[in-house]
Amino acid sequence: MSFTRTWAITRKELLHIVRDRRSLVMALGVPFLLLLLFCYALSLDVDRIQTCVYDQDRSPESRELIERLAASRYFDIVQNAANLREVDRAIVSGSAMLAVVIPPRFAARLLARHPEPVQLILDGADSNTASIAQVYALNVVSAFAAERFHVSPSVDPQLRVWYNSSLVSRNFIVPGLVAVILMIIAALLTSLTVAREWESGTMEQLLSTPLRPAEIVFGKLAAFFVLGVADAIIAIAAAVWIFDVPFRGSLLFLGAATCIFLFGAFSWGIFISSIAGSQLLAYQMGLLSTFLPAFLLSGFIYAVENMPLPIRMLSYIFPAKYFVTILKASFLKGVGLEVLWPSVVFLSIYAAAVSTLAVRKLRTEVA
Amino acid sequence: MSTPAVSIVGLTRRFGDFVAVDDVTLDVARGEVFGFLGPNGAGKSTTIRILCGLLAPSSGAAKVVGFEVGPQSEQIKSSIGYMSQRFSLYDDLTVEENIDFFAGIYGVPHAKRGQRKDYALTMAGLTGRRGDLTARLAGGWKQRLALGCAILHEPPVLFLDEPTSGVDPVARRQFWDLIYDLSAAGHTVFVTTHYMEEAEYCNRLALMYRGKVIALGTPTELKRASGVATMEEAFIASIEKEEAAA
Repeated sequence: MSFTRTWAITRKELLHIVRDRRSLVMALGVPFLLLLLFCYALSLDVDRIQTCVYDQDRSPESRELIERLAASRYFDIVQNAANLREVDRAIVSGSAMLAVVIPPRFAARLLARHPEPVQLILDGADSNTASIAQVYALNVVSAFAAERFHVSPSVDPQLRVWYNSSLVSRNFIVPGLVAVILMIIAALLTSLTVAREWESGTMEQLLSTPLRPAEIVFGKLAAFFVLGVADAIIAIAAAVWIFDVPFRGSLLFLGAATCIFLFGAFSWGIFISSIAGSQLLAYQMGLLSTFLPAFLLSGFIYAVENMPLPIRMLSYIFPAKYFVTILKASFLKGVGLEVLWPSVVFLSIYAAAVSTLAVRKLRTEVA
Repeated sequence: MSTPAVSIVGLTRRFGDFVAVDDVTLDVARGEVFGFLGPNGAGKSTTIRILCGLLAPSSGAAKVVGFEVGPQSEQIKSSIGYMSQRFSLYDDLTVEENIDFFAGIYGVPHAKRGQRKDYALTMAGLTGRRGDLTARLAGGWKQRLALGCAILHEPPVLFLDEPTSGVDPVARRQFWDLIYDLSAAGHTVFVTTHYMEEAEYCNRLALMYRGKVIALGTPTELKRASGVATMEEAFIASIEKEEAAA
């Protein structure tokens, strides 16, 4: 490979990038927008559960139970029902997710040490939220029972959540999101670059010169790398300073891993661009082949461990999965190469393999 | 005479059942302006693309400045300048940036870059417009800039594939003046065209029809062989003879 020729390509690509203002703004602005959008749209935290109460007892004890619910940030009492029909309507219409029905003589029976059921009605249409709401409601009710009537379970588990002690979903979504966004942006940026040269006829001109396919591929890669690193810095900085995600790992390690990841992602874009031949097809292939696996199979939200075996196997070939692991661990657990080396090794193999494939593909075009 | 600039023996290229180049044999001497005349689809571009290493031949052999097409394509690529029908410049780069880019990929030594750039700018008549975006140039200037970029590395052989298509007659005439200058400076120019009047400008030319070279010689020889006055008539006569023989 000749440095002079490779540099000529890199410089030309950088000029394309700078000249195309609209794409440049997109390339730098889109990661930030996606981060903002996903972060708020994808919040998995369940709080302010809309709750309807039907207090048939109206005793100080029943009111205290309701006040405890109202005081918790997880519940929002939206309605005091006067009868069961109103409870039913609240759940059916969706104005309440949870209904708490306190039976008549609730206080009297409890004071007489009789076990007394409190009915919790949940809207199971959204099963995830419902099951979380159920746990929260049970906690409030049993805490109430334990304190007021000394009914306590014989084993008292003391919970301690590591790494994300407040269990804020943002803390685990945002680091994974950085990987998804970089994967999409990287592949889309490069997916057009070779296809455009085929369409405009300049590729034929390039191939008639002493340029080698590897010089074209790596020259282009180097130019997009500048953009990719800028995007990575924007995304990581936004995660730390705007979304307040704690960063506990080594910036140096994460930086190096990001570079390896970007190298692979850009190579994939260039490879797609060479096989597609047209910009439109390249764009669609780029979006499809990065967005879906990065979103669904990377473990960024959906736990891959719970998926059926064939899909689990499939998830191993996508680089986003490894980068999500690295990002989450760097942000939340503060571990580095000593733990994450298998992911780094995979990302390196992926980058080497895909860039080789891209060069090969371009070489076979000359036949 | 030294080794010919281009030497083609039995060159054939098939695309499936279609024979784009059919058993072409010819030599081009150094310093010659050699023309390929023929209608669209006659196989002119395909032949040039094979000689430039952009396409592999199905059979036959060819040499460019003594290097074998195929095994020695690296050496060939350093010795040729290629200008395709589409003047493959980058529209979003300035005139000067396009020249710098091609100087870079042709590996023009840094010491010679300034001089070669000035030469290309002067030749294209764009000295005062080096900072203009290429997209803003009119066809004739774009075409001369493309030629300037293709000769930055002083290649012994130039392949010009329909370099004057889509350019007005005045610009076309100016472009041919450039071709003569290059030829006088020792470059071999291999040019395709479908304009009859341009064929007259060539030292020697091959008439190509359906993948075959149906006549070869100087414009005067070709006209005399058919006993006609114009190139167009000579071409039609050659085609009729070919059709009758088939």
